[in-house]
Amino acid sequence: MSQQIIQKVTESFIKTDIPEFRPGDTVKVSVKIKEGNRERIQVFEGLCIKKQGGGVSETFTVRKISYGIGVERTFPVHAPIIDKIEVVRQGKVRRAHLGYIRGLSAKASRIKEKR
Amino acid sequence: MAKGILGRKVGMTQVFDENGRLIPVTVIEVSPNVVLQKKNVVTDGYEAVQLGFMDKRAKLANKPETAHFTKANTTPKRYVKEIRLSGMSEYEVGQEVKCDIFAAGDYVDVTGTSKGKGYQGNIKRHNFHTAANSHGSKYHRGVGSMGVIAPNRIRKGKPMPGRMGHETVTLQNLVIVRSDVENHLLLVKGNVPGPNKSLVIIKNAVKKQN
Repeated sequence: MSQQIIQKVTESFIKTDIPEFRPGDTVKVSVKIKEGNRERIQVFEGLCIKKQGGGVSETFTVRKISYGIGVERTFPVHAPIIDKIEVVRQGKVRRAHLGYIRGLSAKASRIKEKR
Repeated sequence: MAKGILGRKVGMTQVFDENGRLIPVTVIEVSPNVVLQKKNVVTDGYEAVQLGFMDKRAKLANKPETAHFTKANTTPKRYVKEIRLSGMSEYEVGQEVKCDIFAAGDYVDVTGTSKGKGYQGNIKRHNFHTAANSHGSKYHRGVGSMGVIAPNRIRKGKPMPGRMGHETVTLQNLVIVRSDVENHLLLVKGNVPGPNKSLVIIKNAVKKQN
């Protein structure tokens, strides 16, 4: 009963148009950025290294190398600031959390594509 | 004006606000409360409204109780609590109090019974520091000193191990995020004392005004 009430409270926030993606996939996240009155869209493209939580609280972390420095951003999956999520490439990995990739060189951190 | 309502803690979740920020909220189910009795200065010495919340089976109510509920023209209620307030002219016996007395953005104080922790030591119960685990120390999580020698007794109020939790706790100045009259739900920002399904009393904030 409690879970049903909580589901009812959060169901208006849950997006249904999100593509299926898993850790190891390369994703393109279009983020809405507000500058004064103007709104523009910035794309954050990188490797999804983890997904956690469920329902409205579900989040995922995207890692990219920006000018030689690793940058990670965690987004709530159902955040209104996310315009859309695109899956660029499906990777073949055997972990749910790819934390090991942080210590690897660019060459070693390549992930095979899922066929 | 003072106002209050009884509710049942449902659980915690998160909602997005209009700026797209994720806010942690506690969902409180506030099915309509019924005014069972009005207390006044002349007969009772103080002013209060007695509220009944959540139905129970008629079999569970004894005779005096049943009579008290029928006076207010309602079914037996599981929880009966008084809310102290002045100027009760707008309350009538038998009237329903709904969660629309609070709107989004209001500050409230929420009272509940905290989760019982059982018998706990001083480290957890009174925030003592632990002693050294190594360097030859043979004293780790103990009570420590019992105080000065001089009075030849232990001073009153010396923090010691014992039962922890399961006490009345009030959290002040919580913000109402949403007041859903249709589904009888209140969403309060942050946490609220007690386990899920427990009774909570929501009153408007004593210290912070809107």
